[in-house]
Amino acid sequence: MARWGMVIDLDRCTACQACVVACQVENNIPVAGQSDSDRGRGISWIRLAPFNEGEHGTRPGLRLVPIPCMHCEKPPCTKVCPVKATSIGKEGIVAQVYARCIGCRYCTTACPYTVRRFNWKLPEWPDPMGEGLSPDVSVRPRGVVEKCSFCHHRLQNARDKAAIEGRALRDGDYMPACVESCPAEAMFFGDLDDPRSVVTRLEAGPRAFRLLEELGTKPKVIYLSKGESGADV
Amino acid sequence: MQTFEANDDGPLLAPIELTSRRFWIFAGALLTIGLWGAFAWWTQLRRGLSVTGLNAPVFWGLYITNFVFFIGISHAGTLISAILRLAHAEWRRSITRAAEVITVLVLFFGMGCVILDLGRPDRVLNVLRSGNFTSPLLWDVTSVACYLTASTIYLFLPLIPDIAILRDRMPSRRWLYRPLALGWTGTEKQVRRLDRAIAVMAVIVIPIAVSVHTVVSWVFAMTVQPMWHSTIFGPYFVVGAIFSGIGAIIIAMAIIRKAYHLEQYLKPIHFNNLGLLLLVMCLLWFYFTFAEFLTTYYGGEPMHMLVFLSKTEGKFSPLFWTMVVTCFVIPFVLLANRRTRTQIWGTVAASISVEIGMWLERFLIVVPSLSNPRIPLTAPSYVPSWVEWSLFAAFVSMFILLYAVFTKFFPIVSIWEIREGREHSVSEVTTRVLSYLPEAANE
Repeated sequence: MARWGMVIDLDRCTACQACVVACQVENNIPVAGQSDSDRGRGISWIRLAPFNEGEHGTRPGLRLVPIPCMHCEKPPCTKVCPVKATSIGKEGIVAQVYARCIGCRYCTTACPYTVRRFNWKLPEWPDPMGEGLSPDVSVRPRGVVEKCSFCHHRLQNARDKAAIEGRALRDGDYMPACVESCPAEAMFFGDLDDPRSVVTRLEAGPRAFRLLEELGTKPKVIYLSKGESGADV
Repeated sequence: MQTFEANDDGPLLAPIELTSRRFWIFAGALLTIGLWGAFAWWTQLRRGLSVTGLNAPVFWGLYITNFVFFIGISHAGTLISAILRLAHAEWRRSITRAAEVITVLVLFFGMGCVILDLGRPDRVLNVLRSGNFTSPLLWDVTSVACYLTASTIYLFLPLIPDIAILRDRMPSRRWLYRPLALGWTGTEKQVRRLDRAIAVMAVIVIPIAVSVHTVVSWVFAMTVQPMWHSTIFGPYFVVGAIFSGIGAIIIAMAIIRKAYHLEQYLKPIHFNNLGLLLLVMCLLWFYFTFAEFLTTYYGGEPMHMLVFLSKTEGKFSPLFWTMVVTCFVIPFVLLANRRTRTQIWGTVAASISVEIGMWLERFLIVVPSLSNPRIPLTAPSYVPSWVEWSLFAAFVSMFILLYAVFTKFFPIVSIWEIREGREHSVSEVTTRVLSYLPEAANE
């Protein structure tokens, strides 16, 4: 069985936010609008986090890092959910059951990466965007938590296709919208258990690291630090 | 030995038999605030949690602060009353009832705060239907439910003889008192059984009470968030809870004393003794707070320091230092000083200060940790909205109203326990003290 993971090469990433836009469209994420965004109510499943680098004044620097759900092997969010509305699947994807979530937001506060988002109001889209929603992804009701699903609906399609072709699901059968859209080819996706996959090879490289590794959450999103690329890609 | 004349304890029944115009005005005002809160809740149900000031990453705010605060207040009653009963503290007799009622009533509002905070209150029963026992929130539901049950029984048991007195005195309310009195006639057998039942419940409620606030703290401490993930949170919360709880008893007693002219029953000595307890808790609170903050500061982990500095010198510092002054400086000065502690106004002023301080403490636990996420997230500061403030005011008002209504149906000072003190304890205590002396015969 596959164990899906993502690799983000910070050397190649240009912080263009194509991944963010692709995700919004792919997953029917509502448009918050200016006032709600200003109030911290916007929803995005992948965001660019601004990390301060260098010293203030003398050598200023800002690093923008794409942050999707880390799909931790040991997710702090799933164990605190009082109603089992979020859980980790066999293939390592941390899922959210919108129909069961009571909106207590314990998972959102327990997540050390703060990647979970709450639906403060009914989802809205400016015309005519509301008519172009994806039929593969359910629109979330007001009052529940949502998050990156590694484009789970794409996985379902890939699984169906593999079944029709009478073979097992394998590395490269599908990729999330963000990875597909990355113009800098800084994102990789695949099976971390497949020794021949690109992600496994990159994961083993010298530049690979995980965010907040010290917390023991074992993220399946792996970053490649800034350095000499090419050698290991 | 001094003996006391039989007394019909008329002043204790007066609040039930007579209701003044002032009471109706007071109740009307409280109800108005409650109705305003109902309007605020309706607004929230209609428009969702977008009417609050919450955002990402400050997903929890006033509602969770109030939840912790109210559950803390609930520690007043049952725990203090149980400890005083078990310790045979004779001065407890006129204050236990007033304390126990606080516990039972305020628990409803504590749980209500969690319902207010839910994005989908309509699905709250999912907690029972598909409960996940690895979630500290479910531990909370369990222990609060236990506590509510145990403290209701613990409130009811000592009420039975008083209800029987009312049953015999007020024929117009026999429909209420007769079933509740459970056929109490005061026979020796009944008295023995009641004493035993109260003693058993007093022992049972203590571990439950301690567990309740420990588990409330674990909602925070079980996560890995900076300045939440702390091993002393359990006892720290219990201490804070008892601290704010005693303050609440003192304030309630002062109001009852004045409103119902119970100066003979709630004397300065009661306030002084509770004031001493409050002083002990004040010192304990300071010790825990100091230990918690020093450990964080000395370790100096950047993520923890971010939260630490936002409290001590950042945007939360005005609230933080107000907390230090109201939780420690003011009550310490008022209570350590005999001249102010022996005055009722002194202990009441200290208690009001403690309530303000402890509410701020709860707020400063919930909000700053969330405001400083480990992975940066740009968001505006959390400012509670009118809906959140209104619901807070409404909950406080409705609690006071229910408390006031209780005093109109049941004696807020236990009549039979006062009589028991007058008739039996004086000689009992003398015998007990004599038995401690070296001259007393060994048995």
